[in-house]
Amino acid sequence: MPDPESPAPASVKDVAAGLRGVGYLPGESTALVSFLATKLGKPVLVEGPAGVGKTELAKALASYLGRELVRLQCYEGLDEAKALYEWNYRKQLLRIQAEAQGSGWEAVQEDIFGEEFLLARPLMTAIASELPVVLLIDEIDKTDQEFEAMLLEVLSDFQISIPELGRVESRTHPVVLLTSNNSRELTEALKRRCLYLWLDYPALEHELEIVRLHAPELSETVARRLVEVIGMVRELDLKKPPSIAESIDWARALLLLGVKDIDEDTFLETMSVIVKHRTDMDVVADRVGLKLRSPADVA
Amino acid sequence: MSHSNRKDGPESVSAPSEPEGLPARILELGEELRREGVAVGTSEMLDAFEVLREISWTSQEDFREALAATLAKSQEDRRIFELVFERFFFRAVELAASREGIREDEVAGLGELSEDELEALRMQIAAAVRDGSEGAMRDLARMAIAAFARRQEGSGVIGVDVQRIRRALGLRAEAQPELPAEDPRREGLPRESLRRFEALLRRELERAQIERTGNLPPSRPLGELDRALPSGPLADLAAVHRVVAQLRRRLATQGMQARGHRHHAHVDVRRTMRASLQTGGVPVVLKFRPRRPKRPEIFVLCDVSTSVTSASVFFLSVLHALHDTFRKMRSFVFIERISEVTDIFERERDFRAVSERISSDAGVADISGYTDYGRVWSEFLTQVEDELHPRATVIVLGDARTNGRDPRADVFAQIAARAGRTFWLNPEPRLYWNYGDSVIAAYEQYCTAFECWTTAQLEDFVRALTRPVIAAAR
Repeated sequence: MPDPESPAPASVKDVAAGLRGVGYLPGESTALVSFLATKLGKPVLVEGPAGVGKTELAKALASYLGRELVRLQCYEGLDEAKALYEWNYRKQLLRIQAEAQGSGWEAVQEDIFGEEFLLARPLMTAIASELPVVLLIDEIDKTDQEFEAMLLEVLSDFQISIPELGRVESRTHPVVLLTSNNSRELTEALKRRCLYLWLDYPALEHELEIVRLHAPELSETVARRLVEVIGMVRELDLKKPPSIAESIDWARALLLLGVKDIDEDTFLETMSVIVKHRTDMDVVADRVGLKLRSPADVA
Repeated sequence: MSHSNRKDGPESVSAPSEPEGLPARILELGEELRREGVAVGTSEMLDAFEVLREISWTSQEDFREALAATLAKSQEDRRIFELVFERFFFRAVELAASREGIREDEVAGLGELSEDELEALRMQIAAAVRDGSEGAMRDLARMAIAAFARRQEGSGVIGVDVQRIRRALGLRAEAQPELPAEDPRREGLPRESLRRFEALLRRELERAQIERTGNLPPSRPLGELDRALPSGPLADLAAVHRVVAQLRRRLATQGMQARGHRHHAHVDVRRTMRASLQTGGVPVVLKFRPRRPKRPEIFVLCDVSTSVTSASVFFLSVLHALHDTFRKMRSFVFIERISEVTDIFERERDFRAVSERISSDAGVADISGYTDYGRVWSEFLTQVEDELHPRATVIVLGDARTNGRDPRADVFAQIAARAGRTFWLNPEPRLYWNYGDSVIAAYEQYCTAFECWTTAQLEDFVRALTRPVIAAAR
């Protein structure tokens, strides 16, 4: 666990070691960009195919830095009221009714537009927090451009203007991660403010290490075979290639079944753990199943 | 940035006549990236400098990654960044070396190699490629070049030499089961590190060439090659995917923009009336009908005669990959007669398989194998006459070369009159239109013709195709 007394890592190696310490094996550029993000206080835009650990990176960073993770899950139609803040108007109404008599409008207005009646949403929480946090804005590509524009102010100055209250400035500097599945082009203005990190499927050795970390009881040979097969499957043209999480699931499944070697039969039986589309399954059974058979026949 | 750091990094080059030091080099790199079409703004440059203050420059990997994180902000840009970065610093180092008269030491102790020693070198290289260790591969690349230079097999053309050396080393991605079990090449070598090794060979050969001639070859901008449509037989699935992914992203972004423009929106009377109940029946708040992106119904006709086959199949694959953008889509291929291929594309997703299926099953060539546009139009009209209506879009892809047959522009005019929009995509550059037996002028008066031989043009076309109704009226 990290030492809470020294929150700022001193070098790229520290970050890499720290992330390893909390169970996330970063690639070289991942560690470097994370380090730069903590150092410069710039937001990081993380792009890559689904299931390569973009969200996991934010979680790992938070636990390594010993900070709280504030998460904003984006979706189509997300607006300021859900992302920034909202007035708790029911509470305001109750308040007005409770002291309906006597007090003048001025006094009531002073009263009901206070912090007590403010519902803080994720962005607000992250900025107003006393302790530094890690802010994760997940799947930013699902929102529309208007929302992106609103984010610009938050991301460059770390402040939010509330007309009735004034400006809320951040007391501490959050580490901000934005993730995108690359389903649409983000605006130049947003990209300009961010460091860019492309996460791809890991190389064979790297993935092997990840699988071994999460399923340590699996034998070395089976794990290596598994990662090789996953690599083969990813090379096919699939609707949804298997993610890292799915490799781990598969490893655990094989472990439960007590499998000694991945041959064609085991593969066909457990394939549904890594391939989730009807048409994909046909393609995979066809191509990869055959490849798994041939060496056994030769031997 | 202290002076002591400066000489360690890969940027240790400074030419006497040019501005000194790292900042100038980084600016030049930024300039070069801009020339290749990467949007590098001033704020990106400032970020790059800020980032370099935080990392040590002695590690080339860190240096490169840090620059990439600030300068290249999409995967596409990243690809260009890698190419430019390699080229830029390689050239800078070589330039300085040739000015200062520094030469690489000859690889020592390599006399005439016996066949055994060569075999040992082969094994060593194969092992290094299998393990993908960068440093070992670089040293071995130089050894390999030295070894093969001794055998007087160099052709002087770098690309040819690289392939010759690779073949002589027996490095292949496919498994080679005839080799003994302890040979690292037996299982086949990873493609990625093979590519790396080839790049290293190429670079070392270039370095040797620069040393021999004493000057740098002119810097070549990245060709349109990376961006042009795959029209040759080399066209592969990855290319289709790249184009499709890009198009899909652009289309998605564009849909958002279209929804943002509300100038022409129609008032939704029902919702306005409902909203007016709150204000006692006075319509204070107008409600508008949301604008939906146009989802056209499409009929595609593709020429698959030899001159344009790959362009057609490529285009059809792209359209089918985008099929959820369209409400309905039917595709036909033709040479002398037409044949519907919608099913093939729904079943097959492999580009090559589709090509094969079309050439074997479609049965579109009759006797001569030359395109007969006149017959194609009348067959098409009889097949789909009932389905053509003003909301349908007809797209023809072909070079409009009739081989001297009657173009029957009158039948084509009937098709165009029934369909809402008619587009013609010509895979030939506009320069060649109407030369020889090309009769596109006869058809162009009934449709909108596009030239379509780069991805940019294809993108323009798809944009025109999915543009909202009002804007599409020309």
